[in-house]
Amino acid sequence: MSGLIELSATQLAADIRSGETTSVQATQEYLNAITKLDGKLGAYNEIYTDAALDRAKQIDAKIAAGENPGPLAGVPIAIKDNLCTTYGHTTCASRYLENFQAPYTATAVKKLHDAGAVILGKCNMDEFAMGSSTENSGFAPTRNPWDIGRVPGGSSGGSAAAVASRMCAAALGSDTGGSIRQPASFCGCVGFKPTYGRVSRYGLVAFGSSLDQIGPLGRTVTDAALLTGVISGYDPHDATSLPNDVPDYLADIETPIKGLRIGLPKEFFLENEGAIAPDTRAAITAAIETYKSLGAEIVDVSLPHSRIDIDADGKMSSFAVSCYYIVCTAECSSNLARFDGVHYGHRTGENVDGILELYSKSRKESLGEEVKRRIMLGTYALSSGYYDAYYNKALKVRRLIADDFVEAFKSCDILLAPTTPTTAFKLGEKTDNPLEMYLSDIYTISANLAGLPGITLPAGLSSDNLPIGLQLIGPVLSESTLLRAARMFEKTAPPIIPPMVKNSDT
Amino acid sequence: MSQKIDADVVRHIGKLSRIELTDEEMRTFPGQLTDVLQYFDKLQELDTENVTPMVHAVELKNILAADIPHESLTPDEALKNAPDREGDFFRVTKVLGAGS
Repeated sequence: MSGLIELSATQLAADIRSGETTSVQATQEYLNAITKLDGKLGAYNEIYTDAALDRAKQIDAKIAAGENPGPLAGVPIAIKDNLCTTYGHTTCASRYLENFQAPYTATAVKKLHDAGAVILGKCNMDEFAMGSSTENSGFAPTRNPWDIGRVPGGSSGGSAAAVASRMCAAALGSDTGGSIRQPASFCGCVGFKPTYGRVSRYGLVAFGSSLDQIGPLGRTVTDAALLTGVISGYDPHDATSLPNDVPDYLADIETPIKGLRIGLPKEFFLENEGAIAPDTRAAITAAIETYKSLGAEIVDVSLPHSRIDIDADGKMSSFAVSCYYIVCTAECSSNLARFDGVHYGHRTGENVDGILELYSKSRKESLGEEVKRRIMLGTYALSSGYYDAYYNKALKVRRLIADDFVEAFKSCDILLAPTTPTTAFKLGEKTDNPLEMYLSDIYTISANLAGLPGITLPAGLSSDNLPIGLQLIGPVLSESTLLRAARMFEKTAPPIIPPMVKNSDT
Repeated sequence: MSQKIDADVVRHIGKLSRIELTDEEMRTFPGQLTDVLQYFDKLQELDTENVTPMVHAVELKNILAADIPHESLTPDEALKNAPDREGDFFRVTKVLGAGS
């Protein structure tokens, strides 16, 4: 391991801009890393080798001509396969969209282009972003670079594995219930879900429209801040995007956090010893001590409706998880109705008797099990006679969960929590039990329900050498504070590198 | 409060969802959906009598756009991925008078 792929995206952009190195050289090194490692990891669904090198040449030519190609000058970046681009395919890791070529490019990706980024390829994911392990990909699972017998998390598992294994300088993912933060935590990188509406969802294939948010995965907090600044902003194509100006997220990222009030939700710490793996608990406790030493004021707060209950048999449950899976399945059943075998995507080859059979067979043949399960759960929750008991009830509980955060932020600036209850689990460990899989989002989904920004960053390794993630959650539009608090912690923690990368000689 | 999801209910939800189910799914879905719906029932523990439903995460009001025509996809772009096309139309199987 050596060379340009070890640089942060921020450093690489600076070096390319100053002529220290070239985008072609960096792009080539990343393509070499992909050739070397991706056969083992399966992080990419599609790689744009020629287009990336052409694009890198253009950026280098711009620099040679004295032009400024933008803040991501020539930096090789990967994007999740649910972001539409007019080039290549946009599959959402679904057989249904296997050959789909989008007629337009997502706003967030267009902003990357405008900032000078080189797009390396599209990353694998759980089909339509439904899952927490990337095992629900319609093509093949992605593996965790720290241990290829384990999952990278999900649904942005390809993006996280690619970032952690140095197969791209940074990546975009999407987070509906933790789909950026949970895989970033499992793979030992930084993952940031900004405030709902901060980044335009135009061109992001919709899963749960009131929850979905695009965000960056990177190897450093500063890289996450850099990308967030590039992709954020109001977009007339997305009526839910926020009109507020985008601040310079790098401006005060190095400012110490003395006096910052950090809240510890007692429901995530004091109660329910069993809800957090011992190594994770120890790492988070150590992180709290670090923040104290940085001058932060630690306060106890309560999020009663995000509490985790454990019954006598050790079975976990939570209002937030129940609420989330009603809201997201309801929204998904509606959003995925567009996959009808008529306008694009898979159409059954069988002879059908009427249009309903055309829909039902096309969907049967091309959608995966988890996607079908969620469409059906959502359909049921919205169906006549059950709407009030499930969907409307969940929307009310969603309000209670969001109000808890408003209350908590009266006595603190940000919240600190684990990102996930455990480190990365083994492939196949939870595939037969959808409920258990859903519980790996137990610490991340509340932020989506409340629309709040949340960041995860590495907080050390477990005794079996797997990354542990520390999560910070802030009020609406507190991106700058979160990034600064994350950066101050990062400065105290040694960087972590997966052994397969460390021992490789690329 | 949730009902038990047996094979008939699964078939019915499948029909509403426009999804034909495989034999394997007909075997596993009843139990799995019952488990998840039971889990959803946890919300009944909470009194939400006077709570206003929260539909969106960050609530914006009255998002209006000027009604100005703008360029959109050309028919060729819109039909590029069509499984079956005739001229400028998506071609489908007979809709009226057929099956269901």
